[in-house]
Amino acid sequence: MWGPEEEQFKSYFPIGQRNGNQGRALVAQTTRIEITNVSKIYQTETKTVEAVKNFSESVKDGEFVCVVGASGCGKTTLLWCLSGLHPATSGTVHIDGELLTKPLPDRIGMVFQDSNLLPWRTLMENIELPFQIKKKPVNRELVDELLEVAGLKGFENSYPGELSGGMKQRGSIVRALAQDPEVLLMDEPFGALDAFTREEMNLFLLKVWERTKKTIVFVTHSISEAIFLADRVWVMSPRPGRLSRIVDVDFARPRHIDLQFEPDFIEILKSIREDVEGSKSGKGK
Amino acid sequence: MATDNLADKIPDFNSSGGSQSSGGPVDVSAIAGIRRAKGIKEIASVVALAIVVVTLLEFILIWTNTEAYVFPKPTSIIQSLFTDFSTLYWKPLTQTVQTFFMGLIIGSTIGLALAVLVTLKPGLDIFISPYIIILVTTPMVALIPFLMLKFGFGMTPRVIAISLATGPMVMINSATGFRRTNAELIALGKSYGATEFQLFRKIRFPFALPMIIVGFMVGSIFGLLTAVGAEMVGGGMGLGNRLIYFSSLVQMSQFGAVLVIVATFGVGIYSFFTFINRKYASWDV
Repeated sequence: MWGPEEEQFKSYFPIGQRNGNQGRALVAQTTRIEITNVSKIYQTETKTVEAVKNFSESVKDGEFVCVVGASGCGKTTLLWCLSGLHPATSGTVHIDGELLTKPLPDRIGMVFQDSNLLPWRTLMENIELPFQIKKKPVNRELVDELLEVAGLKGFENSYPGELSGGMKQRGSIVRALAQDPEVLLMDEPFGALDAFTREEMNLFLLKVWERTKKTIVFVTHSISEAIFLADRVWVMSPRPGRLSRIVDVDFARPRHIDLQFEPDFIEILKSIREDVEGSKSGKGK
Repeated sequence: MATDNLADKIPDFNSSGGSQSSGGPVDVSAIAGIRRAKGIKEIASVVALAIVVVTLLEFILIWTNTEAYVFPKPTSIIQSLFTDFSTLYWKPLTQTVQTFFMGLIIGSTIGLALAVLVTLKPGLDIFISPYIIILVTTPMVALIPFLMLKFGFGMTPRVIAISLATGPMVMINSATGFRRTNAELIALGKSYGATEFQLFRKIRFPFALPMIIVGFMVGSIFGLLTAVGAEMVGGGMGLGNRLIYFSSLVQMSQFGAVLVIVATFGVGIYSFFTFINRKYASWDV
């Protein structure tokens, strides 16, 4: 759908530096995101919710981290703490060694569960929105390339209402990547899509990631999606949300969609599933 | 108030679908979306039915020997409209139109400004809304005798009453529209570093536009009601005054003609805003 041609990327994205795991091992040394003792408490009129408690971890440059956990375990809250939109109640987040206090539009891109394309703007106008907000000229070259990869060429002047769910979500990823951020935070971006579209989107995302070297933190409730995409999976347990386990996933890249039927894959899937289920029913630890 | 100040509220983690977001803030179809007749055939049949109804009314009045002071014949009303328009109706029409528009412009400007204020400073809401509710629920015609004591029988008291009738309607609808703006869209804007003004201009205002238009439509209809009502109370100007005048002389054809003019004006307001809605907020419908 988005064509396997490697050439598409050559003008903008450096290829060859990272071929599969070997290449990345060289790059993935520096720490991109440092999370130290982050807690987030929400106050409502009736109660206090401890959504995230004492969360400490780090994400390396160019790493793909997926966060999984039962519904309401605080994984979305954690992501929002990383975005700078919801400051943590206590603890710190450092991006490239700099303390995060507010959104960093040039370094962090966000993709939400909903595509959040403005319905009164065409796809291209939506992609141009962040440039307009930042009062910067549109990077036509990059936008063009991203549209090509996303299979959205020819739909620039379509309104979101005329696009399919998968196309809208690819559009929103293009919008985020067009800012060329170092970090991409994704909050269940494919949660609302059907299974087949979701698989397509996973492959699309991996393809983009393997070439753009972005650092990605990806929240999902689908364990198999997490294993398929990630270098590392953070498993969270609910109430209060904390990191219960880290799973390294070292399947070779590029990954094939049939990977999810491999015994190794299923074994990891089972063990994470037990963790998530256990934390849900067994009163936590 | 739910969308503002993302910082310390619990985000809606469990909103699964996420597919509804491309819709606007409200379903205005009850007011704005009555199906339009399409094609010559449909329009012709609608017009034909109207002619049949009016003709039938005419014949019933003839057959029952109804006197003109009980119920004027449609033909006599139409005749009066054509023959007396420039002499009897034109001047009062311009007077009503003039006061109506002055009131509408003043009222809606203040209403819109208040809506923006309340959106930017949510704390002010509780102080302003009681007065707005009082103004919306009290018929402003009731103020006319009082205002006439203060400001005399000229345009001023009526313009004030019309402003008070239209402004709150515009304000309530606009404020609701501004507030219902999807919290994720605001977060998206903020993640790109948008200022409060940019959020307003690029996200909140376009998002609220369908509701603002409905506010203007309902406000205008309230305004017309107040305009005609106020003229009936006193002052010797406008179409409302003519209604009282002709009915007191039992000139029912002329009375009917004025009524037709008022009704046409009202339908004109409705059609105008429906057209505006379709043209500038069509993504919502």
